[in-house]
Amino acid sequence: MTTLDLDPQTPAAELKGRSLWQDARNRFFQNRAALVSMPILIFVVLFAAFGQYFAQWSNEEIDWSMLGQFETIGGPSIENGHYFGVDETGRDIFARTVQGTRISLMIGVIGALVSVVVGTIYGAVAGYIGGKTDQIMMRIVDVMMSIPYMFVLILLLVVFGRSMFMLFVGIGLISWLDMARIVRGQTLSIKNKEFVEAAIATGVKTRVIIFRHIVPNLLGVVIVYATLLVPSMIIFESFISFLGLGVQEPATSWGALINSGTDHMRTAPWKLYFPLAFFVVTLFALFFIGDGLRDALDPKDR
Amino acid sequence: MLTYILRRLAVAIPTLLLLIIFSFILMEAAPGSPFDTERGVPPAVLANLEAKYGLDRPMIERMGIYIWNVVTQFDFGPSFTYTNRSVNDIIAQGFPVTLTYGTYAFIVAVLVGGALGIAAAIYHNSWLDYLAVGISIGAQVLPNFVMAPILVLIFTLWLDWLPGGGWRGGQAQYVIMPVIALSTSYMASIARLTRSSMLEVLNAGFIRTARAKGLPMRRVIFRHALKPALLPVISYLGPAFVGMITGSVVIDVIFSTGGIGQFFVNSALARDYSVIMGITILVGALTIFFNLVVDVLYAWIDPKIRY
Amino acid sequence: MTLLDIDNLGVTFDTADGDVHAVNGLSLKINEGESLAIVGESGSGKSQSAFAVMGLLAKNGRATGSVKLDGSETLGLPERKLNRIRAEQIAMIFQDPMTSLNPYLKIGAQMREVLTLHKGMSSKEADAESIQMLDAVRIPDAAGRLNMYPHEFSGGMRQRIMIAISLLCRPRLLIADEPTTALDVTVQAQIMTLLGEIQKEFGTALILITHDLGIVADACERTIVLYGGRVMEQGPTDALFAKPTHPYTLGLLKAVPRLDIDQDELETIPGEPPDMSRLPAGCPFCPRCGFSKPRCSTTQPELRLEGQLRRACHADVAEVAA
Repeated sequence: MTTLDLDPQTPAAELKGRSLWQDARNRFFQNRAALVSMPILIFVVLFAAFGQYFAQWSNEEIDWSMLGQFETIGGPSIENGHYFGVDETGRDIFARTVQGTRISLMIGVIGALVSVVVGTIYGAVAGYIGGKTDQIMMRIVDVMMSIPYMFVLILLLVVFGRSMFMLFVGIGLISWLDMARIVRGQTLSIKNKEFVEAAIATGVKTRVIIFRHIVPNLLGVVIVYATLLVPSMIIFESFISFLGLGVQEPATSWGALINSGTDHMRTAPWKLYFPLAFFVVTLFALFFIGDGLRDALDPKDR
Repeated sequence: MLTYILRRLAVAIPTLLLLIIFSFILMEAAPGSPFDTERGVPPAVLANLEAKYGLDRPMIERMGIYIWNVVTQFDFGPSFTYTNRSVNDIIAQGFPVTLTYGTYAFIVAVLVGGALGIAAAIYHNSWLDYLAVGISIGAQVLPNFVMAPILVLIFTLWLDWLPGGGWRGGQAQYVIMPVIALSTSYMASIARLTRSSMLEVLNAGFIRTARAKGLPMRRVIFRHALKPALLPVISYLGPAFVGMITGSVVIDVIFSTGGIGQFFVNSALARDYSVIMGITILVGALTIFFNLVVDVLYAWIDPKIRY
Repeated sequence: MTLLDIDNLGVTFDTADGDVHAVNGLSLKINEGESLAIVGESGSGKSQSAFAVMGLLAKNGRATGSVKLDGSETLGLPERKLNRIRAEQIAMIFQDPMTSLNPYLKIGAQMREVLTLHKGMSSKEADAESIQMLDAVRIPDAAGRLNMYPHEFSGGMRQRIMIAISLLCRPRLLIADEPTTALDVTVQAQIMTLLGEIQKEFGTALILITHDLGIVADACERTIVLYGGRVMEQGPTDALFAKPTHPYTLGLLKAVPRLDIDQDELETIPGEPPDMSRLPAGCPFCPRCGFSKPRCSTTQPELRLEGQLRRACHADVAEVAA
């Protein structure tokens, strides 16, 4: 190592006594992209939560005066209350964007939560127990990952009917796989640390060791990857909704809105611009925050 | 090496069988399945099905016949909605298209992404590095279903350079946008991955040894750093393949390229179970096979893996 | 006769915490065939000095001063010219033989490329020469080893292979950076013996960088003691070991476990190695020194010849030696 002699891990550096979390926070706040992304994300969340109070129209309401001529007079306008314009059935894009944002964010968060709970437990158990159990458990993950899950999910949606519930089931089924792998790898390295060996030596029960010693030490990695999972879950759902197989009318999501926007790209581009802008900006913010957290928390860089 | 391949096959084949069985059971269980006599399936299709599977036979037997047909003859049976066509006809029509632009997209993603990542790592913290990082961050939020409409917006509607859809036997101007739309986000991921693993490798002890041996930088990079730097990229090829084949569905829908994706979505909307199943199984088989190839490639490159 | 002449070498790293001065004004000369030890604890700048000589500093590192090989300056040479010096004139082996060989290339390939590149040999000639060199570093069944990967060897064997690779072009100087630190004690002794034999056999000059005073005594004619990137004391190894005149050398020697006298407890040097980004104005050892005087913390002592040794210390020789 070129910089071996300058390694900051010398006892002198430790003397300063910054805690890991403090350190991580400082590093996060030095990341300008992540810092800028925070208020943007907060804005989008507030938009999803309270946007409907600012809308002049509800998301299902049809503005009959627009119907049939939305391409000429349906553009964004302050006067008639359609801030983002209307779609081909005279519905208010602003209200629909609020609703789509809410559903997309919800799906992202729920997908991430499922992956955190299932993936962490699964990965921690496999990694900690090791041996045959680990091999079998990880083989199952491998097998599930080698299946083109999007096709299987669509098959599920067709068979059991398209519903929000099935969408959540489908997303829940696949979202935890990556997390399980990451957590397992991390567990393997934690397992060999002295404090775990000490716990084993003093006869602490396996279950207690996993939940008391392993899981808390996984926190950093889990937070980072959960944050990064939110945008990929949103993309995932948007993909299905884009194909018209996900969220069903009158409910909507970013993917469904973008899809319907592409139909009138030439004549009524506002239908595409607003949902697309929300989609891209929010994903940027989420990725930047995730990256910021990774730089701050991932022990790999330490 | 051979035993290694055989061992991987021993996992791959049951996986595929499970996928087939799972799909078949789902189809049987589905409300409004063709085997559910309540449904108004066209008489012609019903006759086809009857001839093929014998609708009055028990489910296990039908499944056996289905699997046997799939495994021995790649025969996925008749379509439920296209009266006179079999699933195989549909696949034969759509698959070559998907394969063509899919292959191009894969090659573009790997070559461009890899080259960009390597260049960014070598010229770390230069404008080239920042450009590569910028592109790879930007492309993250531009999945194929966002990229495709944007491309159409720019190149068809604004610039009027390229046709907004169609295939015409794969002429260049019809292929360009599908390939770009499909490859961008994977190219970006590969660039990102290559860059970070190359940076890590360039800090390794054996790279310093190579430099201390007085080797020119070009040789240090291509002979000593490239192989280890590409290992993580190779393991990413499996997921990238899955992603691309999934993405082809969107490409077919937006660009009307006529690949299997278009049939898949139409069938999904029309509940044409046998087409959905056929395509799912085909894609599953391809994926499993591709992952096998990637694993073997990895084992072949990494001397530390014992077969 | 002077092979390498280092004058007032400085190495600075540009880091997030500001400039880190890893080496400050290191000067030394080494003659053909001579052996020299550079001793110091981690962070004393000894490895970075070697990297600076080889032009292998990390990207954020800068070297100042002068490094002359056969009287011509090598610092700041373009990469192309440096590559003619590396391996051909000066070779280097590193601390960890586990990571310094490329795990993805066969040993034969890693040796062959040196010879085909620098000596223009054919692959066949290169392989024959490689086998000879593996023999020279006492690797049994050398011919069969060329087709093996590094992970198929033990740590000691790998270090032998590294030595063989470094000697392929018969360099005039071999820099060994902590060559035994990562190895078992018994293997350490074997490697040191090998280095000694190789040095005689090939007439190579040797710079041995180590923190382990135990291996210096037998291996090197002269010793330089570094601390905080500065030379504390230097001179013939025998004289330095017999009668150290610098408080730091004294401390180091007292910290070496000895079997020939009865010790209840090893003495240690109190305190921590210095923070290289915040070195004191005066002597870097001053905060830990038992002999420190008021001016030690403000003025850097000059390196002066006293008796057989050169030392940088404000305290009198008599006071330290007592």
